[in-house]
Amino acid sequence: MASEEVVRLEDVWVEMDHTPILEAVNLSVDQHDFIGIIGPNGGGKTTMFKVMLGLVRPSRGRVTVLGTTPEKGRRRVGYVPQDSLFDRDFPASVWDVVLMGRLGRVGRLRRFSAEDKAAAWNALETVEMQRFKDRQIGRLSGGQQQRVFIARALVSDPRLLLLDEPTASVDAPMMEEFYELLNRLKQRMAIVLVTHDLSAVSVYVDTVGCLSRKLFYHHSKEISREDLEAAYQCPIELIAHGVPHRVLREHT
Amino acid sequence: MEILQYAYMQRALVAGLLVSITCGVIGTYVVVRRMVFISGGISHSAFGGIGLGYLVGIDPVVGAMVFTIASALAIGGISKQTRLPEDTAIGIIWAVGMALGVVFVGLSPGFAPHLFGYLFGNILSVSSSELMVMGGLTLVIILVVSLLYKELLSLSFDEEFARVSGVPTGWLYFVLVVLIALSVVVLIRAVGIILLIALLTIPAAISRQFVSSLSRMMLLSVVLSVVLVVLGLWLSYVLDLASGATIILLSGLVFAASVGVSRLRREWMARRAAPG
Repeated sequence: MASEEVVRLEDVWVEMDHTPILEAVNLSVDQHDFIGIIGPNGGGKTTMFKVMLGLVRPSRGRVTVLGTTPEKGRRRVGYVPQDSLFDRDFPASVWDVVLMGRLGRVGRLRRFSAEDKAAAWNALETVEMQRFKDRQIGRLSGGQQQRVFIARALVSDPRLLLLDEPTASVDAPMMEEFYELLNRLKQRMAIVLVTHDLSAVSVYVDTVGCLSRKLFYHHSKEISREDLEAAYQCPIELIAHGVPHRVLREHT
Repeated sequence: MEILQYAYMQRALVAGLLVSITCGVIGTYVVVRRMVFISGGISHSAFGGIGLGYLVGIDPVVGAMVFTIASALAIGGISKQTRLPEDTAIGIIWAVGMALGVVFVGLSPGFAPHLFGYLFGNILSVSSSELMVMGGLTLVIILVVSLLYKELLSLSFDEEFARVSGVPTGWLYFVLVVLIALSVVVLIRAVGIILLIALLTIPAAISRQFVSSLSRMMLLSVVLSVVLVVLGLWLSYVLDLASGATIILLSGLVFAASVGVSRLRREWMARRAAPG
């Protein structure tokens, strides 16, 4: 299958105040991938995304996004950060928020064009939130906000979608719907999601990896017990509680 | 209404209108982006410029403008690097600016007239030339905000995302702090450098409880601000009190009342939304 690489990390190291956050991370994501990466809190998951987005500069290694630097490539990357809404009373509507995703496309000092608005409408349609268009963002439930932030990431017509702890604010009954949405999106773009919640890596994810400073990823549907233990640095029985069996390979 | 015949009262009302536009527009950003402390630092550092004005014999407001812009750029620069905590830096700039002002005033020959007015405001003594400066700065503020409205909205809402989507957040932040510096200059003559932080934040803080978009918040803040300034000015005239302080005290009272009203409104809406 001919497929195009959207992100490549080669021997990426990130250090902050002489403490390593990422060590020798290698990762290649191609356009058909849907990768779920699990790892403990503080394991460097958000940092890895920020490296891909050019927000954090690695102290060593090479980062390529869509064949160019992260600063140039990130315009075609949809980013859904963790806890996007720091202020529930912020005076902005759903429509305002989604349009913010178009700012890289519209010229400075220009108004949003009909094309920008059509893209915003389509994105809202994709996440099924059109009827909340004029609602103040803070007046939505966590799961609904999450959908709006996904729409904001989608309006720039991304080739890659990065989701940071996407299920943290989604109620259990909404989880299945959420993954159905991602399943539809993966036809159009590569998706990488990171989470500390092992049970959130659902059956929809094509491949799984494990990140704790080092990345354990073999482009496979399963994580080995050794990788998981190395990442979490504790016996598997303490953490595998509730992990779908198909994710965790049985020790043989 | 015979007081409106006096030219100084007419000037005070025009000044009040300009002050209200500035407070409504820039105060909105100060409140939603939580830049109250930064604004306090910028406004207090203006005292250094006022002192310098007395010392070298230029208009103290011009001195204040130089100092506010310089301290805004310094604070903006410091916030971009992480070694020094931002609030520490702001506190230092705040106090150093005030200290410079005290030293400059002390070194100035003779008596410093109107010093109290710069500290606490005296909207009744605004001159025509000062009105021109205030009007010019208000125009600049309106122009810049209307050109960069959507970028400033995204900077205030989620700076990191804005940067990822291609907004030049670095220089935009400098634009915002310089706009705050210019607003400080507009406000100095009306309420003074010590009290102006209240007028910059209170109308916006009241509005925020009742609106769902940034532009409506600006509009409501401007309207509220006009009402507070005019009513405060009238009260100060009737009660023979200092105008700046009366405007601020009235604003504080209205803010307290608005918190109560907003709570009642929320409860009423919740009751209406709940079935039965």
